[in-house]
Amino acid sequence: MPAELRQQGYSEAQLRLVSEKVPCREAQAAALLALFGEPDHYSFPSIFIYGHRAMGKSHVTLTLLRELQMPHVVVSCVECVSPGLLFEQVLGSLFDSSAVTLSRSPSLSDFVRLYRQLCAEDSAKHTRYIVLDRAEVLRDMSANLLPGFLRLQELVEDNVTVILLSEIVWDKFRPSTGCFEPLQLHFPDYSKAELQQILAQDSHPSYSAELYTFYINILLGVFYSVCKDLRELRHLAALNFPKFCEPLEKGEAEESDTHKLWRNIEPHLKKAMQTVYLREVSSFQWEEQLKQDGETQSLRGLSAYAHVELPYYSKFLLIAAYLASYNPARTDRRFFVKHHGKIRKTTFLKKHEKTSNHLLGPKPFPLDRLLAIFYSVVDSRVAPTASIFSQISSLVTLQLLTQVGHDDQLDNPKYKCTVSLDFIRAIARTVGFDILRYLYDFL
Amino acid sequence: MATSSVSKGCFVFKPTSKKRKTLSTEDYFTDGSENPENSRLRFQLFQSQWQDMKEEVQMVHDDLNKKILDSLLEFIGKSVASFQSRAVGWESRMRASEIPTAALVLGVNVPDHDVTFQSLSDLLRESVSPFVASVQAKECGALQHLMKKVMQQLMGGGVALDEDDAEEQSGYQISDLPRKGFNCSLGILCDWYQNLNKKSCIKSPGKKRSSSGSDFPKKPPLVVIFKDLEAFCPQVLQDFIVICSQYIQQLPLVFVFGIATSPSTIQRMLPHSVSSLLCIELFQSLSCTQHLATVIDKLVLTSKFPFKISGKVLKVLVGIFLYHDFSVCNFIRGLQLALFEHFFGQPLSVLCCEEEEALAQVRQFSHEDVEKILQLPSIMRYVEKQEPQEQVKLLTSDDHVKVVTQNLLKDLCSYHRNFYPILRCLHLLTSSLPKFPLGKQIRELHVLCLENNVWESEEYESAMQLLRMLAKDELVAALQKCVEVLQPGMTKKLKEVVHQLKDIIAKLKMLDQLSDETISCEGEQESSSGKSLQKTDLFHLQKTLMEMRETRRNKAKTPYEVLRNHTVDYLDSLVKMHLLPPESQPLYEVFYYSSSATVRRHLNATPRTSIQTALSHPHYYLQSEALKSEGGTISKAAPDICIIYKLHLECGRLINLYDWLQAYFTVTAADGQDPDSAEGHVDEMKHARFIRAVSELEFLGFIKSTKQKTDHVARLTWGGCQT
Repeated sequence: MPAELRQQGYSEAQLRLVSEKVPCREAQAAALLALFGEPDHYSFPSIFIYGHRAMGKSHVTLTLLRELQMPHVVVSCVECVSPGLLFEQVLGSLFDSSAVTLSRSPSLSDFVRLYRQLCAEDSAKHTRYIVLDRAEVLRDMSANLLPGFLRLQELVEDNVTVILLSEIVWDKFRPSTGCFEPLQLHFPDYSKAELQQILAQDSHPSYSAELYTFYINILLGVFYSVCKDLRELRHLAALNFPKFCEPLEKGEAEESDTHKLWRNIEPHLKKAMQTVYLREVSSFQWEEQLKQDGETQSLRGLSAYAHVELPYYSKFLLIAAYLASYNPARTDRRFFVKHHGKIRKTTFLKKHEKTSNHLLGPKPFPLDRLLAIFYSVVDSRVAPTASIFSQISSLVTLQLLTQVGHDDQLDNPKYKCTVSLDFIRAIARTVGFDILRYLYDFL
Repeated sequence: MATSSVSKGCFVFKPTSKKRKTLSTEDYFTDGSENPENSRLRFQLFQSQWQDMKEEVQMVHDDLNKKILDSLLEFIGKSVASFQSRAVGWESRMRASEIPTAALVLGVNVPDHDVTFQSLSDLLRESVSPFVASVQAKECGALQHLMKKVMQQLMGGGVALDEDDAEEQSGYQISDLPRKGFNCSLGILCDWYQNLNKKSCIKSPGKKRSSSGSDFPKKPPLVVIFKDLEAFCPQVLQDFIVICSQYIQQLPLVFVFGIATSPSTIQRMLPHSVSSLLCIELFQSLSCTQHLATVIDKLVLTSKFPFKISGKVLKVLVGIFLYHDFSVCNFIRGLQLALFEHFFGQPLSVLCCEEEEALAQVRQFSHEDVEKILQLPSIMRYVEKQEPQEQVKLLTSDDHVKVVTQNLLKDLCSYHRNFYPILRCLHLLTSSLPKFPLGKQIRELHVLCLENNVWESEEYESAMQLLRMLAKDELVAALQKCVEVLQPGMTKKLKEVVHQLKDIIAKLKMLDQLSDETISCEGEQESSSGKSLQKTDLFHLQKTLMEMRETRRNKAKTPYEVLRNHTVDYLDSLVKMHLLPPESQPLYEVFYYSSSATVRRHLNATPRTSIQTALSHPHYYLQSEALKSEGGTISKAAPDICIIYKLHLECGRLINLYDWLQAYFTVTAADGQDPDSAEGHVDEMKHARFIRAVSELEFLGFIKSTKQKTDHVARLTWGGCQT
C-alpha cells in the first residue's frame, strides 16, 4: 500500500523528495504527516513511536521534520544524565540559546515556567516538535517527567508536540498513577523483500546495480535468519563486497557468471556470521584476513581465550565456592567428613532437591561455609592469613564470585559463585582436583 | 589532661604550639643503636642498593611491556589513520562507524596494572595524542561521574599541551572547562574539540616551530582507558558506549579496556546491540609467572648486587606470589623489606657493598667490629678448622683477623661470580630432561643449591643419569648454549671452563667423521640382537634383556659414550666445585639475609591467629610469667576478656549469658573465698567487668547478639577450640 504523501501546506516537490528518502516506510510517513497536519495547525500533544532497532523510526521522523522544515529538537535521553541537561538542550535549540538560564538542578515546573516565559516573547507560528530518542530512559528519571512531557502542550499552552521514540511497547511505560495516553504508532519489521530493496539502493559506483542486487540476495540468504538490523546488514555488506568482487577483478569470472560468484562468497559469509557478526574478531582483522586469504589460518575469537590464570589458593577458593553454590548444604557432611556413613540419595533429600542444582543455578552461601569447604579441599594446612581473605574480595571484583545482599556485611557476608561448570573443571584440572566427585549432581 | 575546674563539662584544649620534629627514615634507622656512625653508613648502603635495584626493575618492566605497548600504539595509530581517511568513499559511507577498542588482557592482579597503564598513557601522550583519560571503576559509580572524569581529564589535557602559549589561550581554556556542578555532556566535548582543531589549523601555518603539539597528527584521537573493566557497572558502561557512538563521526574516540580475567568478559557485560558498536581487537600481555621469572633472573640470580637472600626467604617470597597474589610488585616490595631488614639488623652489613669498598671498610674496623666478626657462626666454624697456631693468632691479633677477613671477602666475591654462571649452565643442561628432575624454572634449582649440597640430592643423581643418556646432537647443542651463557663477565676460572667445554664440543664434532666407519659394524650387531628378541615368552625376554644389558656393560663403549661420560664427569666436578651452598662459606652472614619468619610475618599477616594467641595465651604479648597457665586451666589473674574468651570456647553456638556470668564469677573467685557466698547479691563491680568484656568480644567479632533466644548471644567463630 504505497501511499502517496499528501498534505496541504507543503509543496508537491518537497513531499516527493521525502517519500523518495523513506523507502518502504511510506505508509508510516504518511500516517505521521497526517498527524502533524498543516504547519500551523495544532497537532496531537504526544506521539509514541515504537519498533525494533534500525527499523527507520528516527530516520522517518527526522526526514519529515528536516525536509519539511518544521521547527524541532532531537534529544537522546541516554545522554541526559540529569533532567537539567534535557531541559537545557530542549530550550537551547527551540529558542535563542543565550536566553536560557536554568537553576542548578531544575525541576519540571522550572522548565515549564521558563518555556512559557520564552514562548511569550517568541510564540510558535508553526508547530514545534520535541523528539525524545530512547524514551525508555525517561522512566528512570524523576517520576513526573514522563507524564509532564506527555501533556506538555497543555502545560505550556503552546503549539508543541512531543514525539517519543522507543524500542519497547507503551505498556511498559504506563506509570501506575496513570497519565495522558499518547498516540501510538508502530513501525513493523522490514520484510525480506523490503530489506533487499533498501540495501540494493546503495550500489557500488564501479559495478552495475544488477550485480549488487545479486550480491545482496546472497547476503540476505545467509544472514536474514539471524539479523534483521539494517545497520548491521549494511556493515556486513560493505565488509564482504571486496571479496565478492575478487574474481571479477582478477578476470576469473564475468558479471554474468553468477554461480561461480556465489560459490566464491558463500563460505566467507557463513564464516562471517560466526565471527565478525558476533564481534569475535574486529572488522579490521576480518578485512585483513580476507585480503590474504591464501592460508586459511583462522583468527581466534574473543571467546576462545577463556583461560584465566589464578594463584593457587584462589583456585581452591573458587572450587570451594562452586561446591558451596551447587551442593545442598546438608550434603557437606557426606563429601567432607571422613567417616560419614552412607547416605542414600533418594531417601535423604527433599523433593525439590532432586532436580539438578545445575539447572537451578548457583545458590548463595555464607562465608563460613566457603572457608570450611576450602580448608577441607586444599591439601596442605593453610594459615588463615589476611591474604586468604583478600583473595575472596578480589575474586568478587573479578566477578567470579558475587556478593549477595547488602545487610549484615560485617559478620556474615554471603556469596554466589558465578563461573560455569566448564570453567571450574578447567581450573580444577590444573590443580589436580577431581571436582565431579564432589558435586552432588554427578553422583 | 587535668583542669582546675570543679564543674563537670567539656573542655576544649588547644594543642600546644610546639611542633614535634618529624623524624626522617634515617633517624628511625639509627635510633637506639650503639654505633650511630655505623648505622648511618648502613642506611646509605641500603638506599644506594635499593636505588640500583629499582632502576633494574624499571628496566625489566619497560622491556617486558615494550612489545605489547608497541602493538597497542600501532593499533591506535592505525585507527587514527582510518579516522582521517574517512572521506567520501563508498565503503566508508556504507560501513557502520565503530569505536576502535583495544582489549588488553593483563592477568588477575589488578594493582600491578597501574604500572603498565602509567607507561601506556605516558607513551600515548608522548607519541600519539595529548588527550588521554584513564578511569577506574570505583570513581565511576554512575554515568555522570564517568562523563565528568573523562571530560575533566581530556579537556585538562588540552591545557597541559599548550603550556607555552597558555597566556593567550588561558581565558578560553579555563572558561571552557566544566564548572563544578555543570552538566557534562559529550556535546560540549565535541564543540571543544572542534574549536581546538580550528585553532590549531589557523595557528600551524602561521608559526612553524617544533613545539610539542606539532608532532601529533592533525586530529589527535581521544583515548579513554578503562583500567578495570570487570569492576564497572555494566549499565554505566553500556550507556557510555552508546552515547560515544553517537558522536564518533565528530570525535575520534579510542577505547582501551583493561581486562583481568578473560576477553569473554566483554561479551558477558555488553549485549550484542552495544558490542556491535565497537571494533574490538585483543592484546594479551605476558603472563605474570614469566614476569616474575625475569625479575628473579635480573635481581636475584646475579652477582651484580652484593645483597643476597637465602633459600628460605626466596621460598617465602615466591610462595606468596604463587599461592596468594600473583603480584610482581609485591614480590619486589618483599625484596625491599628483606634488604631493609638486613641492613637494619646486621651490624656487619657495612661490608655488604662492592668489593673494594668492603675491603677499605675492613681496614678501618675497630676492636669491637673485629669481635663481632669473630662471633659470626660461619667464622667460628672457620676458626675451628684452622691449625692451633693459626687459631691463637686469629683470636689475639686484630690485624691478622682483618687480613684474613679481606681474603675471605675476596673469596666470597669470586665464589659469587662463578656461582651464578655455573648455576645457569646446570639449569640449561637439566631443564630439557624428561620430567624435569631439577625443576622447570631456574629458581627451583637455585633454591636447591642454596639450601644443601645439590649433588647429594636424589634429583641431581637422576638428572646426571639422564644426562649420561643424552643423544649427541642434544648434548652438543646444550654445551654450546652453556658456552654462550658463560661468555660474558668471565673470571679466570670461567675462562678455563669455557676453554674445556669448547674442547669437548670440538672433540664431539670430530667424532662425526670417525663414527662413519664404526657405524656399519655396530649396525650389524644391533640387527642380530634384534632378531634374537623375536618369538620368546615373557620370561625369556626378560632374561635375554638382562643378558644384553650385561653384555652392553661389558662391551667396549663407543668413543661417543666414553666422551659423554667424560663430559658429564667434568660437569659434575664443576658443580661440586662451584655450587657449594652459601652457608658453607665463611662470612656469608654479611651478604645473605635469612630470617624467613620475619618476612613472612610482615608480608603474610595472620590477624586472626594473633588475636587468638593474645586471648588464649595472654602472657605471650603481655610478657608476664604470672599469667602462664598449664593445660586448660584459666588463670584468675588474666585479663577479663581472656577469661571470657576461654569460657566461651566451651559453649555451643548459642551462649546463655547468665551461665556465662556465673562461670566468670566462679573463675575470678577461684581460690580464697567460697563462690557460693557471693550468691544472692551480685557483685556490681564484677558484673560491670563482665559486661565490658562481653562487649569487647563482640567488637572483636567472636559473638553477636541474637533474637533466636532471649538472654543468649550467638557464637560466630568455628574451629577455634584449640587451647
